[in-house]
Amino acid sequence: MTLPRDWEMVVGLEVHTELKTATKMFCGCANSFGSEPNTNVCPICLGLPGSLPVLNARAVELAMAIGTALHSTISPSTFHRKNYFYPDMPKDFQISQYDLPINVGGYLDLPDGSRVSIERAHLEEDTGKSTHLGGSGRIHGADRSLVDYNRSGVPLVEIVSGPDIRSSAQARDYAGELRGILIATGASDGRMEEGSMRIDANVSVRKAGESFGTRCEIKNLNSLRSLQRAIDYEALRQIELLEEGGRVRQETRHWDENLGTTSTMRVKEEADDYRYFREPDLVDLIPDQAWQDRVRRALPPMPAERRSVLSARLREPSESLLDAVSVVVDLGLDPYVQGALDAGVAAELALPRAANELAAGIDGLGNLSFDAFNETLAMEQAGELSATQAKTVLAELLAHGGEPRAIAASKGFEQLESGALTALVAQLIDENPDEWSRYRDGDEKLAQFFIGQVMKLTKGQANGKEVIAELQAKR
Amino acid sequence: MKSAAEIARDVQSGASSAASELKTALTQIHARNEELNVFLYVDEEGAMRSAAAVDERVGRGEDAGPLAGVPVALKDNLCEVGIPTTCASKILKGWRPPYSATVIDRLLAAGAVPVGKTNLDEFAMGSSTENSAFGPTLNPLDTSRVPGGSSGGSAAAVAADMTPVSLGSDTGGSIRQPAAFCGLVGMKPSYGLVSRYGLIAFASSLDQIGPFAANVMDAALVLEVIAGHDPLDSTSLAEPAPSLASHVNDGVAGKRIGLVRELIDGADEDVVTSVERAAEAMKEAGATIVELSVPEFRLGLSAYYLIAPAEASSNLARFDGVRYGLRVDGDDVTAMMEATRTAGFGDEVKRRIMLGTYALSAGYFDAYYGQALKVRTLTIDAFDRAYQQVDLILGATTPSVAFTFGSKTSDPMAMYLSDVFTIPSNLSGEPAISVPFGTGEGGLPVGVQLLGPGRSEGLLFAGARVLEIADGRP
Repeated sequence: MTLPRDWEMVVGLEVHTELKTATKMFCGCANSFGSEPNTNVCPICLGLPGSLPVLNARAVELAMAIGTALHSTISPSTFHRKNYFYPDMPKDFQISQYDLPINVGGYLDLPDGSRVSIERAHLEEDTGKSTHLGGSGRIHGADRSLVDYNRSGVPLVEIVSGPDIRSSAQARDYAGELRGILIATGASDGRMEEGSMRIDANVSVRKAGESFGTRCEIKNLNSLRSLQRAIDYEALRQIELLEEGGRVRQETRHWDENLGTTSTMRVKEEADDYRYFREPDLVDLIPDQAWQDRVRRALPPMPAERRSVLSARLREPSESLLDAVSVVVDLGLDPYVQGALDAGVAAELALPRAANELAAGIDGLGNLSFDAFNETLAMEQAGELSATQAKTVLAELLAHGGEPRAIAASKGFEQLESGALTALVAQLIDENPDEWSRYRDGDEKLAQFFIGQVMKLTKGQANGKEVIAELQAKR
Repeated sequence: MKSAAEIARDVQSGASSAASELKTALTQIHARNEELNVFLYVDEEGAMRSAAAVDERVGRGEDAGPLAGVPVALKDNLCEVGIPTTCASKILKGWRPPYSATVIDRLLAAGAVPVGKTNLDEFAMGSSTENSAFGPTLNPLDTSRVPGGSSGGSAAAVAADMTPVSLGSDTGGSIRQPAAFCGLVGMKPSYGLVSRYGLIAFASSLDQIGPFAANVMDAALVLEVIAGHDPLDSTSLAEPAPSLASHVNDGVAGKRIGLVRELIDGADEDVVTSVERAAEAMKEAGATIVELSVPEFRLGLSAYYLIAPAEASSNLARFDGVRYGLRVDGDDVTAMMEATRTAGFGDEVKRRIMLGTYALSAGYFDAYYGQALKVRTLTIDAFDRAYQQVDLILGATTPSVAFTFGSKTSDPMAMYLSDVFTIPSNLSGEPAISVPFGTGEGGLPVGVQLLGPGRSEGLLFAGARVLEIADGRP
């Protein structure tokens, strides 16, 4: 999307990511998504009177890993209490880092070569989750509210970017790249749909060369697509308002995915007063150099590096292959592709299978060994499986695991004899003289007609490319 | 009444049993609790089970622990699993904690027998127990007078011979002041020596749990049991419990003791006389007395009354009617929280929540809370300088002996002033002990206070023991 002439948007993002620790931030309760409500709770994460928090060292390590990957300075830090009343916050304050965060400064380089500065990446605890019944579905006007405290005390890192982003596409790239980093560090699974990564966008607009305008904060964007759409909508809304002679009011706005619009949630007439003060139940967090070094040494290669390593193996780096490289690296699937290339599978086959089929079944990745992936693709490459069959075998492997040849056999995916294909194509040419003559006259679209017929008769066992080869041989 | 040390010795040797010692305690509780309002809850069944377990251990020939069969009273801001825990507030109505404070687990492991929960000023905010939602506790030595506060119930339990020892908590003097008013030994340990896990917080950076006892040795025995690192409290010192009882009879020969003017000035004549006589006694025991002035102590009270309410305003936010305790319905969740807190908290608690909220608010933070933190740092520095010259500091615990009911309730400032001598140690996080020495107005006991640098509990008990002997309690 392009903005009206002379206008520029200024965007900064606050990304909250849940850390993939085994236990919560201040207690020993399991940090897991999808349990029965209020089963992963104890006196500490329920904030019962007399309970005290004890910091989870693993959460600190993951926060340091994120900071290291973002080129932040790991710093002596403290915890504060952010005080406000809300029923899903059991202590009616949130423990968060404030003026002394663990990660200070840094930057993130995007695939297009631009650089976005990082202001800070700090630790804080998550709240519980409310469900409001009746009324509008929001807390005010609801008949009843239910609170699930399983999420209460789950460790979060909030990553705050500088106001450096100038387009919604760049915002999307930033969030995507950051997600790749979070997955690579092992800090998060990056699943926006489950809320383990949530984004708030600060959006303002200005005429080129002017100082920053008044910003609005759009809360809780939970997909990259929503992020991009919401920023575009909001920037245009502000420009329209200003061009009509109005003023932008500083406020928090809610994004409605279905309407594709933002609306006022809460007006910031004056800054919220959270009465921050040092959390007296925790001591200062000062990671020593040895600990920082251990985290740095354990850090695996980041997406940018992995993209360039994988891209370097492409003989013909087409745009679609490079896109596939980005997708597999973002999702952490590049080790599969690297393994397949090592085993002699062509990049033109390995990349799309990983970017499409593995991505679609990513939850079942634990069922799929590198060997099984390689073997399936080798079979496809050798013509033992058609593309459709290979996709079916991969889906089965992801869903239930197993051995590719056994799966292929059990599904009746037998190799079509090349003589049989020749005969079949000859038969179809005889039966469809009109289509054949149009194809022979140069209408390439008709190839699809013949492929379709062959597939129908062979129940998908034929290879589309081989069908085309047969057709061309007879042309 | 038998001391805790005697009870433990007799129970372990078989000369007595935990069950019979418990019976003695319960008999006295039944005889006097209605009049004095010491216990908010007596857990007879639980106590009998604990006593039986101790007797079984002894029967099997095992070491039943240093407090074998010793009945203990617990201030009702300590969580005990399954036992109503109220903080003397209506807002915790009906709440029974699903877990026990670390100190209670340690008492049980040492063979002690918790008998029940004692009265206090609501959420430990007060100096007389008059702020309890369940009525005041009377001073067993003179029922027209307060037992002090906020741990008034725990002090009265020992003073009325109900239990030989008890636990209280001290945020600004809440153990030492009632110990002084009831003629007992009471110690606030170094911050972090005793785990706060399970202590319902008033002001987290100041709160410490500590013992009441009729004599110095019993106080040392109890502190030794409850002290030591606890992984559940991040502010707990990373070291095991120190040996304390073995230092009680170390004496003070060769020690330098500072008599600090600011810990005497403004006290009643009878109190000043006791402190001066205590200094004489120390001198006779071989210590050198050094007269000191620490002007920073005068700033402590005002800093305390910003820091403690600020932390309290946050600590007490969770009492909102959503999860436990009292709930008063309202039209929506905000109205429900407001109605619950309005009905559930007493006046003094509301006063401090408002004070603390104000002190932390944007625009006032620097002038109030921020300034108070600076005074706290000044106080710590002043103590450090004093301890370069002396080993211990001597002063009064309270400006007066126990006062009469109602004499300070209409004037919060007058009430706050009764903590003026005890507050500096809370601000610095250093230990201090109150020990009875002499009598004052109406024949009531006077408490003198010994203060020491961090982790000097052994020396403080030794000093207190010197005064105990000099006061005629060998």
